[in-house]
Amino acid sequence: MRQTAAALLQALARRDLAAASRILTDVLPVRLSPATVPYVLISPFVLLFLVFSLFPLVFSLYLAFHVWEPTDGLAAMTYVGIDNFRFALGDDWFWKSLGNTVWMALASGVPQHLVAIPLACFLNSGLGRGRDLAVGVFFLPYITSTVAIAILFSSLFSTDYGLINLALAHLHGIPLLGTLLPAQPVDWMGRPENIKPAISLIVFWRYLGFNVVLYLAALQTIPGDLYEAARMDGAGWFRQFWFITLPSLRPMLFFAVTLSVIGGLQLFEEPFILTGGKGGSDQAGMSTAIYLYRTAFDFNDFGAASAMSWLLFFLVAGLTYATNRAFRPRAGSQ
Amino acid sequence: MSASPLRPARRAAGRLLAGLLTGQLAGQLAGQASRAAGLAGGAGGADDPPSGSPLIVAAFPAVDAIVREASGRWAARQAGVPLQIVSRQFNDHHTAMTTALSTASNLPDVMALEVGYVGRFALGHGLENLAAPAYGLDSERQRCVPYAMAQGTSPTGAQVAVPTDIGPGTLLYRHDLLERSGVDLAALTSTWEGFVGAGAQLKARTGALLLAHARDLKDILIRTGLAAGEGLYFNAQSEVLVQSPRFQRAFELARSVRRQGLDARVTAWSNDWSEGFRRGTIATQMSGAWLAGHLANWLAPQTAGRWRAAQLPEGAYAAYGGTFFAIPRALPAARKARAWALVRLLTFDRAQQLAAFRAHDAFPALRETYDDAFFAEPMPFLGGQPARLLWREAALRIQAPTVHKQDAFADEVINTELDKVMDQGKAIAPALADAARLLARRAHR
Repeated sequence: MRQTAAALLQALARRDLAAASRILTDVLPVRLSPATVPYVLISPFVLLFLVFSLFPLVFSLYLAFHVWEPTDGLAAMTYVGIDNFRFALGDDWFWKSLGNTVWMALASGVPQHLVAIPLACFLNSGLGRGRDLAVGVFFLPYITSTVAIAILFSSLFSTDYGLINLALAHLHGIPLLGTLLPAQPVDWMGRPENIKPAISLIVFWRYLGFNVVLYLAALQTIPGDLYEAARMDGAGWFRQFWFITLPSLRPMLFFAVTLSVIGGLQLFEEPFILTGGKGGSDQAGMSTAIYLYRTAFDFNDFGAASAMSWLLFFLVAGLTYATNRAFRPRAGSQ
Repeated sequence: MSASPLRPARRAAGRLLAGLLTGQLAGQLAGQASRAAGLAGGAGGADDPPSGSPLIVAAFPAVDAIVREASGRWAARQAGVPLQIVSRQFNDHHTAMTTALSTASNLPDVMALEVGYVGRFALGHGLENLAAPAYGLDSERQRCVPYAMAQGTSPTGAQVAVPTDIGPGTLLYRHDLLERSGVDLAALTSTWEGFVGAGAQLKARTGALLLAHARDLKDILIRTGLAAGEGLYFNAQSEVLVQSPRFQRAFELARSVRRQGLDARVTAWSNDWSEGFRRGTIATQMSGAWLAGHLANWLAPQTAGRWRAAQLPEGAYAAYGGTFFAIPRALPAARKARAWALVRLLTFDRAQQLAAFRAHDAFPALRETYDDAFFAEPMPFLGGQPARLLWREAALRIQAPTVHKQDAFADEVINTELDKVMDQGKAIAPALADAARLLARRAHR
C-alpha cells in the first residue's frame, strides 16, 4: 500500500496522469481515465467541504427565511420572507450583543497588535539564542485548550478565593500603590462592568503570542542592509522603526488585523465558558455568537438565529473590506 | 404523516412473524406491544427490530446509571432485548436529542429529558403521545405525582413524557449557624419578609450570608401564588404577566437581600458556590431535595450533621428539576412497543423506583412508593432528620405552571432586569416594563 502511494505521488509529481490512472485503476474497483484522476483525487476534500461547510451555509441561509420547530422534523418549516431579518434588526438584545462584541474585539484586539509589534522587534533583535524559547512561551496560550484556559481563569478571577484578588489585596497594603487599588475584593465575573475587561484580558493574553509569531516572521524578511543604510545616514532606532520596520510590516499587519477582526467578531468560546454559557450579569459578556447560539439552542428560534448569523457575516465582510481599504498601498507610498 | 391502509396490516403480519420466531412478544408485554403498535399506525418506517437488536436509551448522568442498574430487571422481562445506553453530558445530550428529532435520524428508542426540555419538546410533535388509548396510560396517570404528569403534558393535551424522578423544593439550612445566631426556624420560614429579616440577624451574629444569590429568592417568589393553569411569564393568550404583583414583590425582596449584603453573589455550581457551603459562609439554599445528596456526596461532605431541611417559607411549594422518559414519534411501531415496556419499568415499577431513590437520590415520581419505610429513615447528613417525609408532602402539593414556548427567553430577560435593579439601581417598575416590552415582542414568535 505504501509503495502504491509512493508510486502515485511520484506520478503526480511528474504530472503523468496516465501513470496515475493506471495505479489507481489497480487499486480501485473502477477504471479511471487520466482526465478523471484529478477529480477523484480532490473528491475527498470536496465531499467534506460540501457536507460540512457548504451545506450548513446554504441550509442556514434557507433557514433564515423560515420559522421552524426543530422537534417537528425538517418538513415543519414555514416560509416567512425577511421576517427573521426584520426581527433581528429590531431586537434590543441583538444590538446589545453586537455592542459587547465590538467592545471586546477592540479591547482585546488593539492591544494585541500594539504589544505584539514591539515585542516581536525585541525578540528579533535583542534576544539571541533564547528567542525560540521565548516565542514558544508566548505561543503556548494559543495552542492550549480554550476550556482549560477558561477554567483556569475562572479560578483566578474568583472573588473570595482567586489569586488575582489575593494579589490585589497584598498590593493594596503597599503605600501609594495601594491607594490606586480597590480595598474590597473585585467581583470580576459577577458585576457587569468587570466582565468585559476580564474576558478581553484573557483573549489578549491568548492571541498575543500568535501575533508575535506572525510579526516575527515578517521582520525576518526585511533586508538587513536597509537598516545598515539608515544607520549610516544617522537614523536612530525610532526612525528606523517608523520608516523601515512599520512600512515593511504593512502586508503582515493587514493579514493579522484581518484575522483579529474576524476572530474578534466571532468571539464565542472564552465568554461562553467563563459566563456559564449565559452571558453573565446583565448579559455583559454576551457576544453576538453566543446570542445567536442561545437563540437557536436555548430559545428554540433557529430562523432568527440564522438571520442573525448572516447579519454578523455581512458585518464581518464589511469590516474586512474596510481593513483592506485601510491597509491598501496608497499611490506614492512605495 | 398519513399511512397507506395496507401498512398496518403488513406491520401486524411482520410483528406476528417476529413474535413467533423470537418468542419475545409474550404475556403482558405482548398485549402492550400490540396495543401500542396498533396506535402508532401512522408513524415511522415499518419494520420490526431484528431479533436480538438492542433497545437504545439516550440519557445523561446519573439517569444513565439508573438505566444501567435496571438492566437486571429488564433482562428478567425481556431476555432477548439487550439495553444499549448512549450517555452524554447534560447539555450535549439535549442538543443531540434536538438534532435527532429534527432530522428523524439516529433516534434512540427511549430518551431521558430534563423537565425544562420536556416543556420545549412538548410544543413540537416529535414525541409520541403516550396518552393514546393503546398505551393504557389514562388508567395509570394517578399513580404518578400530579404536577409531574402535568409537566409532561403538551398544551394540546398530549402526554409526551412520563416522569421518573422529581425535585420537590426544600429549604436546606445550616442548623448550627441558626442556633448560634438565635434565629428560630419559624422566623426563617413563616413569611418571605421574615426570611430576609432572619438573614440580617444571621449575618450580624455569625457573618454567614443568607443566600448564594438574591436571584434564588426571585426564582421561588415568582412561582408562588400562581393560579391553577396560570403560566409563569405568559397566560394562555400569550399576554405578558411580568408586571404583576408577583414579580414586583419578588424584585423588591431580592433587592432588599442585595442592599443588605445578605447574598454571596455566586451562581449555582460555580467553585465559589461549593466553597461557600464547605466554609459555612452560605447558610441556606433553596433547591430540589436532590441537593442534599449532592451536598453529602461531594459538595460539602465535611459539613455532615450541620444541615437540616424545611419546607419553603410562607407555605410555598415548587419543583426544582425532574427527569422524564419519552419515545420519539418517528420510531417504527414495534420499536415503540419495546420502548414503552422499558419506560413502564423505569417509571411504574415500585422496586425500580425505590432502587433509584436509594442509590441516586432520584426522588420517585411514583406515588405508590411513598409508603415505603425508606421515607421515614433518618438522614445522617441532615442530623438524623427524616427529611424525605417533608419532601413527600411537598411533592403532593406542588402545582405545575403552564409552559410557554418563550419561557426560557423570559427567564433570561427577567434575570437581566433583576441584575439591573440590584447592580445599577434601576427602579423596579421600569425594569419590569422593559422586560414586558421585550417579551411582548417575542410572545407570538
